[in-house]
Amino acid sequence: MDWEAFQLSLKLAACTVAILLPIGIIIGRFLAWTPFRGRVFLEAVLALPLVLPPTVFGYYLLVSLGGNSRIGHWYESLSGHSLVFTFQGLLVASVLFNIPFAIQPIQRAFQAVPSDVRHAAACCGLSRWRTLWRIELPLAWTGLLSSLVMTFAHTLGEFGVVLMVGGSIPGETKTIAISIYDRVQGFDTASAGLMSAVLLALSLIAIGVTYLTAPRVDRRHA
Amino acid sequence: MPKANDALHVELRQATPIALDVRFSCPAGQILALVGPSGSGKSTILRSIAGIYTPATGKISCAGEDWLDTARGVNVRARLRSVGFVFQSYALFPHLSALHNVMEALSHIPANERASRARAYLARTHLEGLEDRRPDELSGGQQQRVAVARAMARDPRVLLLDEPFSAVDQVTRERLYEELVAQRRELSVPVILVTHALDEAAMLADRMCVLYRGRTLQIGAPYDVMTKPAGVLVAGVLGLKNVFTADVLQHDAEKGLTRLKWGGAMLDARLNATCAIGSRVDWFVPPSHIVLHRPEQRQRGLESEVEGVIVRCVALRETTNIQLAVSTLPGAILSFSIPTRIAQSNGLETGLAITVSLLADGIHIMPPDAVGA
Repeated sequence: MDWEAFQLSLKLAACTVAILLPIGIIIGRFLAWTPFRGRVFLEAVLALPLVLPPTVFGYYLLVSLGGNSRIGHWYESLSGHSLVFTFQGLLVASVLFNIPFAIQPIQRAFQAVPSDVRHAAACCGLSRWRTLWRIELPLAWTGLLSSLVMTFAHTLGEFGVVLMVGGSIPGETKTIAISIYDRVQGFDTASAGLMSAVLLALSLIAIGVTYLTAPRVDRRHA
Repeated sequence: MPKANDALHVELRQATPIALDVRFSCPAGQILALVGPSGSGKSTILRSIAGIYTPATGKISCAGEDWLDTARGVNVRARLRSVGFVFQSYALFPHLSALHNVMEALSHIPANERASRARAYLARTHLEGLEDRRPDELSGGQQQRVAVARAMARDPRVLLLDEPFSAVDQVTRERLYEELVAQRRELSVPVILVTHALDEAAMLADRMCVLYRGRTLQIGAPYDVMTKPAGVLVAGVLGLKNVFTADVLQHDAEKGLTRLKWGGAMLDARLNATCAIGSRVDWFVPPSHIVLHRPEQRQRGLESEVEGVIVRCVALRETTNIQLAVSTLPGAILSFSIPTRIAQSNGLETGLAITVSLLADGIHIMPPDAVGA
């Protein structure tokens, strides 16, 4: 078991969730209730990582974040080191690749909140912040939980994008998925099997949490 | 005590997406019922008053404060309008108890007073002991009461009721009517009630505003609107029967009557000197002004005899509904109701030829294509 890779994967997943959850709430809420021209286009762009092959997505990120790119150059002049093949670069890639996993469940959950309930909150004199905190988020919490769990689990298992943007630097960019691949290449099937079992268990828990909480809440609010 | 300047004034105009062309006022302490078919803009008007919908152009003011004035760019946010809104679906917060639903509307008072005040509002709506229940643990009638308590807790300047009785059974509805009538005595704000049910409007409202495709057709006391519709369109919107056309024969200002020729029958109607002699007019008689002919009580000039054959006679407990095919005008059907006891004592049944009297003070002549305001 490559504990260093496992720890790095957990750290990457936690940071990705921490960044994407507030973004998911803001964008998901906006997309759920705000009609505007080009909304379908924006939704399609945000869903792109779902259909784009991870290596292709990783390639474009490598090109756009590398030292020869504007972003890469700007980041290098600011921090003194390259963005690609670092944990920070990996985090940027992970955040971008997980956007649909974070936003879509939250958007669907906000869409399920009846508009009359939101209007009733306004008629009760509740401020926007209080409406979000007291009414909208409690009613959309299954979406938040689903977003959190899916993003976390997906980050743990991501391989193609991680390999393209981060490579396989132990302690810096070598995640558990990369480590499994390395162990298989080195005929260490026992370690690869153990790590795969850990990822499988985490994935099952993630799916279980997502599926088990939703119907219970639906029944309660039916 | 309501003050004159506590009134609500509404003026809305737009062509799309929902056509609106309405103008009305409602003084504090009065209930104004908005009635009309689906799609007539009733709920949109209510939402515009609440501030959760913004019409293209309009002006809304309440208690002397402008809430909306599109010409001046004024549009006060919904949460700042002090509106009590009872939604058709009640729109209770499903994850909060009845008590917390009401407490959410009490943000204008100190936090430590909210729970006791909310309990008091729930007590006023007969919900003692149910404070800790969530909406899905309450019956339809109880949910409606929580919605009313929440709307009242806002200490509103206007109370908006969007078909609040449509989702409860008849027994509960009648109990809720009584509660609203009792509570309105304590209200000193304008109340706007949206309803499909005419009897509900007649029972609860001081005035009625008839809407059709977003347009105000007529405003008046419910009895006046239902017995003197401003035109054929109003009568149609209200689903009134006994609307016919006749020719004007003469006016008798002294007796206050206008004589009409309706098929082969002569009718005396309430005077309407605005219609020209010889012109064709639409007229309406409410079922309450059609009575079985009583030769011994006949008052010449005040009632007109019409002969016909009963084509339908349906007893509904204490009332019997009768449809009479008029003998002097093929195709014309008069509809009216009489107490079942009288129907039975007169042996009324389908196929029987009878004579009825149309009371002159009930026959209302409507100008052609009249659209009142």
